[in-house]
Amino acid sequence: MENVNFIYDLLGKNFIAIILVISLPLMFVLVYALAAILAELKVSAWIQERLGPMRTGPWGILQPIAEVVKLIQKEDITPDKANKPLYNLAPFIIFTGAYAAFAVIPFSEYFVPAGINLGLFYVFAVGSISAIGLVMGGWASNNKYSLMGAMRSVAQLISYEIPAAMAILSIVVLASTMNMQEINKLQSGWFWNWFIFGGPGSITKIWVIPFTIGLSLIYFISSLAETNRVPFDIPEGESELVAGFHTEYSGMKFAMFFFAEYANMFIVAAILATIFLGGWNSPFDTFMQGPIWGAFWFISKAFSVVFVQIWLRWTLPRFRVDQLMYVGWKVLLPISFVCFLAVSLFVMLK
Amino acid sequence: MSEKKRLDLEYSQLESDRMRINVGPQHPSTHGVLRLEVEIEGEIVTEVVPHLGYLHRSFEKHCEKMTYPQIIPYIDRIDYIAAMNNEWPYVMAMEKLMGIQIPEKVEFIRVIMAELNRIANHQIAVATFGLDAGAFTPFLFFFRDREYIIWILEKMSGARLLYNYFRIGGLAGDVYPGFKEDCLNIVKQVRKTNAEVMDLLIYNRIFIQRTANVGILPADVAINYACSGPVLRGSGVKYDLRKDETYSIYNRFDFDIPVGTGEVGTLGDCWDRNMVRVNEMEQSCRIIEQAIAQMPDEGDVQSAIPKRIKPPVGEVYMRAENPKGDLGFYIVSNGTDKPERVKARGTSFVNLSVIPEISKGYMFADLILILGSIDIVLGEVDR
Amino acid sequence: MVQYFKNIWSGLSSTAIGMNITAKHLFVKKVTIQYPDQKFTMPPKARNRLALDMVKCTGCTACAKACPVNCIDIETIRVMADDPHQELLHTGKERKLWLGRFDIDFAKCCYCSLCVVACPSDAINHSAEYEYSVYKREDLLYKFQTLTDEQVKDKQARLAEFMAIEKVCHPDDAPAKPVAKKNIDEKTE
Repeated sequence: MENVNFIYDLLGKNFIAIILVISLPLMFVLVYALAAILAELKVSAWIQERLGPMRTGPWGILQPIAEVVKLIQKEDITPDKANKPLYNLAPFIIFTGAYAAFAVIPFSEYFVPAGINLGLFYVFAVGSISAIGLVMGGWASNNKYSLMGAMRSVAQLISYEIPAAMAILSIVVLASTMNMQEINKLQSGWFWNWFIFGGPGSITKIWVIPFTIGLSLIYFISSLAETNRVPFDIPEGESELVAGFHTEYSGMKFAMFFFAEYANMFIVAAILATIFLGGWNSPFDTFMQGPIWGAFWFISKAFSVVFVQIWLRWTLPRFRVDQLMYVGWKVLLPISFVCFLAVSLFVMLK
Repeated sequence: MSEKKRLDLEYSQLESDRMRINVGPQHPSTHGVLRLEVEIEGEIVTEVVPHLGYLHRSFEKHCEKMTYPQIIPYIDRIDYIAAMNNEWPYVMAMEKLMGIQIPEKVEFIRVIMAELNRIANHQIAVATFGLDAGAFTPFLFFFRDREYIIWILEKMSGARLLYNYFRIGGLAGDVYPGFKEDCLNIVKQVRKTNAEVMDLLIYNRIFIQRTANVGILPADVAINYACSGPVLRGSGVKYDLRKDETYSIYNRFDFDIPVGTGEVGTLGDCWDRNMVRVNEMEQSCRIIEQAIAQMPDEGDVQSAIPKRIKPPVGEVYMRAENPKGDLGFYIVSNGTDKPERVKARGTSFVNLSVIPEISKGYMFADLILILGSIDIVLGEVDR
Repeated sequence: MVQYFKNIWSGLSSTAIGMNITAKHLFVKKVTIQYPDQKFTMPPKARNRLALDMVKCTGCTACAKACPVNCIDIETIRVMADDPHQELLHTGKERKLWLGRFDIDFAKCCYCSLCVVACPSDAINHSAEYEYSVYKREDLLYKFQTLTDEQVKDKQARLAEFMAIEKVCHPDDAPAKPVAKKNIDEKTE
């Protein structure tokens, strides 16, 4: 499968082009993270009948920049008894894990940084890197709260990979490809061709729609757990663990954790948008369809998912550790198996 | 209880080292500067030792150097969340000691003030309990409403938190015009928010999972530890000084004592204690409505304030229903204008003592919730 | 098994109910008061910084005695008959006591309003001023005296001179008490 990438088309596949291709998602992550932080601040404020930040710039839109500047200026404290190499390495590993997944995200019809055939598999593989960073940071901080946070976090990440993987596997069965660009192309046309509505097909697909919707829900819930968002923010549950694995981090290293969290949020939202919500496809067939519009649709779909994540965060209380495991292993996993079976049956009958 | 036993059984078969962690004094959810020395085995709490004294301000010793009216600002600072309710037993004790008959209007204003402050206190209690469970939004809904209550209290007394409003034999000031309308609006607003929070938090499935069957306090244990207030009532014991040892004019109002029912879990769990507070807000609303309707318009609130406060030699103990439980003051007078001794029975201090008993065998995250459901104020624990 | 599905259902439905409530709150009018731009109107009784009317103050020190935290520090000097500088109080009577020092330490003040109640001449009161944060704690020590330091020294010297004469004339008497203070004490009682 050849690369579909407008930068390579324009410049040829040379060194500068590769650097450009690499840095474009990085630019996007930075800008997006600022926007997401602002969204988080504002949505939480509006839900709680507050105004949120209002002083930095008009309506406080420069607040995330101010916060980043503040974090850069802050003193970078390393605890005395910490394991310094690991302590310093952990935030970078987490951010690398989050950033590496951007390689296969199809932003548009003509831009995917690396169109590899095992795209979905790759996302899952690099997504697990952050678990190493978490446990590294938590252990190296030499803080009991951090250690507990790290332990919980790894347990949570591992248990919720499985329902998430089952949900995605079902779609892989349905689409019979793991290439994210291919999956997007399959969903072109009207919005009922999206995999959340059973993918392209005749009216006979109607009985599989509840299962695909269920799969998208399962993936969404698991993704909340993977990104440590409420109601699964147990690793950093502030009421008992202060701040979990990043209790001891300050300044720029804390900012790296922060960025990684928001980057992860975008990745899971992007995967959800790609495999369930049609990616860069317009919901209305050829209306507003095209490479630039594709990027618009993709980013707005992903942002809607991020908005729902934020919305949920300010609505729900937090689970307890054992309940989290219960939900992961005894609720999501069996249901995802059932859905997987149903989808497989559908594919066999087709 | 079965959940706890099952967990005990499962974890007793694992070989593991225990870890001691200090929760507090600087911890986001110890509700102040409390330090809990917790021994955990994995996630299971095996031992809790509360360490007190980080907020000790030697209130009782101070009182010996103060004249009687000067003590009232210090009493505000015992339980700074419900200062009106704090002042009440003290001024009642002094009135009993000096034999002062207070005007009827004063009683009505005191009831309204105390009930408004009770609502404000319970709002903080329920809000921070939700915060401990991870729900942030109800916290700010409650704080918005509490702000409206505080505006009324500020208009009445001049201060937002530490009112110094009750005087021995009267009050610092009369009601302002429009007081009754403000109170009735608050009652409406409190009911609206409570209905909303019921859906958003109290009956949320995750919240029920977190709080039901957690921190079960059986009624006999609660009585043995001398718990009072919503902590005791959450265990199903119908005990409220406003009814059982009626003081002031509470016998003129029609209200119920909400008790824990074990609606979603076991009787006496965290959810029940929290629910008792929510129901008590409604009862306070009822009392305020009745008091507003019956309150006389005429009357001088300062007519019974003695010019010189020099009680006769003697001693007196008076207690009243604080939002957190029984708050009592024991005053020994030696005939001068300064007391020989003032002893306060801090509700939070007594209620806190039950923590080691009820938090063993639960998860570490539950410990925070149990602490939140007890609703302590460290100013009252340490005094 | 039924309970299992019931739990899942109630989890999802209560989440939906909660999300519905929070979504409604997205669009209601916000309650924030943007503080330095919009100001909350303080009620008339609000207990803010104390203000002192030095014309009314007689120097009776009732406020200092009523203060539970001893944040009011007053030094009074008896007015000498031979002092060329004489003042009238707001009541029209002659001032009996000079206020050599009237300091209120707002770092100590607990805003309990007991001094306002105690004042017999309505001289001390709460002002509407509540924005007076400072960088140094010493800056919270407010000096209300109207006399200059030289005047205070002059008046202290006059009093010392008088006391010395008094001591020579009546060596057996106890040191004379300021007359004016005694009068006011009797009045309040």
